[in-house]
Formats: sequence, C-alpha cells, structure tokens
Amino acid sequence: MENLVNVYFYGKRYQVPADLTIMNAMEYAGYKLVRGCGCRHGFCGACATIYRIKGKNELKTCLACQTQVQEGMYVASLPYFPTDKRTYDIQEIRPTEQIMMELYPEIYSCIGCNACTKACTQGLKVMQYIAYAQRGEFEKCAEASFDCVGCGVCSSRCPAGISHPMVGLLARRLTGKYIAPESEHVNKRVKEINHGEYDDLIEQIMQKPITEMQELYNTREIEK
Amino acid sequence: MLTAEMLESIKKVEATRSERMGMEPRRMTAEEKDTLLKQFHPDYRQDGFAEIKVGPNKGEKAPTELANLLHSNSRLHGVPIDLNKVDYESDVLVIGGGGAGSSAAIEADEAGASVVMVTKLRIGDANTMMAEGGIQAADKENDSPVQHYLDAFGGGHFAARPELLKRLVMEAPDAIRWLNDLGVMFDKDESGTMVTTHGGGTSRKRMHACKDYSGAEIMRTLRDEVINRKIPVIEFTAAIELIKDDRGQVAGAVLQNLETNEYLVARAKTVIIATGGAGRLHYQGFPTSNHYGATADGLVMGYRAGAPLLYQDTIQYHPTGVAYPSQIFGALVTEKVRSLGAMLVNVDGEAFMHPLETRDVSAASIIRECRERGKGVPTPGGYGIWLDTPMIEMLHGEGTIEARIPAMLRMYLNYGIDMRKVPILIYPTLHYQNGGLEIGGEGYTKVIDNLLVAGEAVGGIHGRNRLMGNSLLDIIVFGRNAGKAAAKKAKEVELGTPTLQHVEDYAKALADAGLETGCVSPQILPDYAGGRHM
Repeated sequence: MENLVNVYFYGKRYQVPADLTIMNAMEYAGYKLVRGCGCRHGFCGACATIYRIKGKNELKTCLACQTQVQEGMYVASLPYFPTDKRTYDIQEIRPTEQIMMELYPEIYSCIGCNACTKACTQGLKVMQYIAYAQRGEFEKCAEASFDCVGCGVCSSRCPAGISHPMVGLLARRLTGKYIAPESEHVNKRVKEINHGEYDDLIEQIMQKPITEMQELYNTREIEK
Repeated sequence: MLTAEMLESIKKVEATRSERMGMEPRRMTAEEKDTLLKQFHPDYRQDGFAEIKVGPNKGEKAPTELANLLHSNSRLHGVPIDLNKVDYESDVLVIGGGGAGSSAAIEADEAGASVVMVTKLRIGDANTMMAEGGIQAADKENDSPVQHYLDAFGGGHFAARPELLKRLVMEAPDAIRWLNDLGVMFDKDESGTMVTTHGGGTSRKRMHACKDYSGAEIMRTLRDEVINRKIPVIEFTAAIELIKDDRGQVAGAVLQNLETNEYLVARAKTVIIATGGAGRLHYQGFPTSNHYGATADGLVMGYRAGAPLLYQDTIQYHPTGVAYPSQIFGALVTEKVRSLGAMLVNVDGEAFMHPLETRDVSAASIIRECRERGKGVPTPGGYGIWLDTPMIEMLHGEGTIEARIPAMLRMYLNYGIDMRKVPILIYPTLHYQNGGLEIGGEGYTKVIDNLLVAGEAVGGIHGRNRLMGNSLLDIIVFGRNAGKAAAKKAKEVELGTPTLQHVEDYAKALADAGLETGCVSPQILPDYAGGRHM
C-alpha cells in the first residue's frame, strides 16, 4: 500500500503519495497547471512556493518542482510576483557605481534584515550580493547571484521593495560585457571567417561524397 | 535514500575506481556502433512509429504520438473566427519565447521591423533555459569551422543538410561574440581565453559554458534584452493555427489566451515558428528532460499550413537522465559531467564504454547494458547505470564539482545525495527532436515564402543525431538569421485576404483518409491531471 501524506493546497486537504514533489502532487490531486509550472527541473523559477508545516509557525519557501511533499504541508504557490525591472541600453551604460543608483536606487534602502537570503530557493546569499551591488562590486555580485533562477521569492519578503533578481541580472550583464577580459581568439576567428578565409575549405568539404566523409570522420584525430 | 542493493554496488564501483582513473576505455568502431544502434536505439523500434496518412509527408513514418496529432483536427475546425478583427499587427510575428524566438525578435527589432512575440507560457519557459552543458564554436587555434562541420556531419550520420550545417559552423564564433557582447558570462581564464571542453563526438575541445547554467545564462540575458527593447511579449497566449491569405502566404496566427480562452488574431507580414521540441509527448513512454510546453505545436501548425517535415522519425534520447531518485526521474544530468571525466560504470563496477561516444550511441549502449547484459542497477522504476562523479574531484581537485556543475550538485543534494562522494544513477531520457519543419539556408520553409522556422522546430541542421552544444548554437545562429531575414522580407510582402481555408481543407483530407482520432491539435500543454508525472 502506497504511503500517503496530507497536504493542503490553498488550504484544502488532499492525500497524495509521500514520494512526490509538490508540483507532481498538485497534478496527482487533479490540478491542470497553466501558471506556476515551467521547466519542471529547477532552472526557470516559475514554481515559487510558500509553505508552512501544520503546528509550526515558520514560513518556508521553495521551488515546487524540486521539493518533496511532507505531512501537514500548507502550500500556496507564487506564480508571479511584481518585481520591477528597469530598462536600459546595454551598449550605452557602463559598470560605474552610479548605474545602480540610477536604475535600482532602492537597494540603498536595504535595512539588513536578511529575509531575502533566508527565503532564497537556491540557497544564495542574496543580501550579500545586494551589498556588493551597493558598493559597485559588480563582478562579486555577478558571481554570488549566478545561480539565481529569478523566482522572485526574495523580493516578496523584502521590506525595502528591492527587486533582487533584476539587480543580479544587471550586474551579470555588466560583468559579462564590460568587466570580464576580452576573448581575443573569438574576435580573431570571427574576423577570419568574415574575410572569407574558410570559404573554400567549407565548400570543399560540403562537396565531398559520403564515402569520403565517412573515411575522414572515422579516422579523424581526437584532441586529448 | 539509496537501497541496500545500490550501496552494495557502490562498493564495487569504489573498488575499481583507482584502476579506472588511469585508463581510457576504447571507442567503438563504425561497424560496432551501427549494429548497436539498430538493436537498441529507440528510433529503430517499429512499434514506436506510425505512418503519416495525410499532407506533404504522407507515407513516411513519425512517432505514434506525433502522427496522432498530425491526424487530428484543428482546434478551430468549425469555430467561426473574424479574421478582420485584428488584435495585434506587426511586420514580424514570432511564435515561441525561447532562445530561438528571442534571438529572432532582437535581430528583427535591430533591423527596424515591428515585432510581436507570443508564447503559451512565459518568455524563457523553454528548453533553452534548461540546457546545461554548453555551446559549441570553433574559435580556438587548433580548431576550424571545417573540423566542426566534420564532427557534426559524422555525429549526425551524414544526414545533415549541408547548406544548414555550413551556416551553423561558420556563424558559430559570431554567435559567441554576439552573446558575449550582450553580457553573457562565459567561463574564461584571466587572459580572456574561453574555457572549453569536449562533448560526446567532438574532436576538439570547443564546448563553451557558463558553469552548468549555460542555457539559463543565455536565456535570461536574451529575455532581458527583449524587454529592454520594449518588444511586446504576449504571454500565456498560444498560437493555435497559422492564418494564410488568398495568395498562399502566411498572414499571421490565431491565438488563444490560456487563462480566459479568448481567441485573438495576430496579423503579420512574416511569421517565425520557434516553438521548440516535443519531449512532453513522451514518445515510447520515455520520461523527458524537456520543459512543460514541449508538445510540437509548431510542427503541427506548419504542417497543416502545407510545410513539409524532415527527419520527423528521429529523436534524441539523452544518455544521462536521472534514474534515481524518483522525484527527479528523467531530469537532465548534463553531458558536462562526462566531459569533466566521470565514467559510465555498470552494477559490477566495470567501465563498459567510452564516456564520450555520441549521444545516440551512448544511450543505446546503456540500454543494452541494462536490457541485454543484465548489468544495470535495479531502481524502483527500472534500471540505472552509475555515472562515477567522485572521479571528477579526484581528476581536477576538490571543489571542482561545486565550481563547474553547481546545478547538478544542488539538484541531488535536495534529495540527500552528495555526488562528490557517491556516484549517481542515470538512464536515457527523451531529450531532443532531431527532425522538424524543413527549411532552406535562409530560414524559410520550402513552400511558403514568408514563413520561417528557427530552433528545435527545424529539421535537417544536425541530421539524425545531434552533438552536445550544437542546439544552443543553432537557436542563436538560426534565430538571428530568421529575425534578420523576416525583417527584410516584411518590407516587400503585401498581404491578401486572410483565410483559414487550409484548416477546412485539412479536415477534409482527414475525413477522406478515414481518420478520426477524437483529439484536436496542437496539444498546447500535456495533460498530467490525476496521474503521476515527473
């Protein structure tokens, strides 16, 4: 006999197999999801969820697709949260301290409560990366926020109204474009291709009969 | 919790590890691979396929579930729609909000066209977001686009369309440059040299990565750029049928708001289908690594409008899906785990194959090891093979797993499994649609000259198997090209009278063929209500 647990979706009780994730359990109970379900494997942040275990008072947060159900779990999903993304032209802005002040001035209102970090479904040090952003340390902010899936739970818990995922995203784009060293080998190869240096070679290989291609492929040298 | 049987087998894996560390398993010969594929690859299972009875590919085979959708009527069959009541109007309509659609939208906008993007979920809810391992480009000194062509052509069983594959490899370095310029954080060393590794079937180390969030990092950057450009994105709104005109062109699409069920009309001078793959059709009962919306909608809509498919009968099963624990059954374990040195090991601790054979060969080899040789590790859902992850830390030093594949580490730690200490159990999972709508080098379908396709919905770029890292690449290369081409084309297109006559014609063809599936298509979302689905 299957091991069942009681879970409460939006306050209503369902009995579901104990080995399911919250997302699978909702479907097992009969929900056909449109909102609150994206990649189903922990990368997209569509299934942010808040829950409390019966008899305990702590609110917990998670991704529904990455979290197993528990007995007495009261579940509410947070399929959308009104985070505030500011728009900008990545070609125009520069990684200066002022850019955060201009685009996301509310980060300077952080009161240091650390609720964002406690709530992060990825276990990131969210308040820390906001502190890096405040100081214009974009590379550190980018690294510390790198695994963010943008679920928005941090923002839902923030008394200062900060849109943390958007701050991390800006820091990462600034880092990727302006701070990380240039990749000369990429630019060089693009230039060679644009100058037509591979045109003849590629045309030649495209014209080769299949038998010759098989021979070339099966005997090609593989870099160690 | 690992079972007693698993723990017993882990001891054998540990016992052979030091010996295995020093050796590289032999690669299979071409003949061995051919025999293996014919016996064990799911593409060769006749009972997984059905004959297509109507339309341009009539007489060819397709996976049974896809054939069923092609044999079903439109959601709009018999539904009166006023095509002159236009809700959205643009030069370019992009259907799909993944990496290909977003790349297309950005380039079309850059070229000065007006763009509307529609997506049935949110922008970024796509397989792109879940691509972990990396993106190929021949940009190192010892490499060239020609070498890349050879690897991909051979890996795809010499079936790729040369004009498409040429574009893929020749435009790859510029795709990397473009992404880097948008702010994608590639793994680099202090000098700026990209950190590149092997993938299955590559002869040069040309896999560029962003840890093991490669697709996520690319997708969130593209999404941010689409929003920065203020391109309208209509979310939770599915395209359910293409609109044509009396000149045989496409003229937009009928949409449906998935929350209110309202029908909407989008009129456009050019349409780009970028709807992605089909993993959620669960061919042959396989679990899938795909996102929730991967239901082949674009293939069905394009086909009904008259565009032929190519290689619709070839599917990629990723060799390493999660076999255990059950909560993440079928989820992707990135090929990068093998790129970093983890071996595939059977229940007795034997490395039974080279870990970096191409995906189809690896998947078939794992299936053989379990089914024929009885050397799989029993799991509640079937069998698994060990992927010996602790080898990575031994080869490259402690901390490598956390630094290079943090998503994998996190996914398993959620269930109390520390892959730094113990190996993980994998089994093939439905991963990628090798086939799709047939296009020419410029991105247009062969029969409708203002209808373009980009990304996983295209057939023919890779042939009958795809190498790791060539899909993230193709969505960027063909997405960008489609956006540029559509913007240019829109300047010369004059639309005639809009019509859904092709829907009625298709219904008649189905009736004439005696087909009555009881379903409508495209499917839009899988139906998981009331069951157990991962």
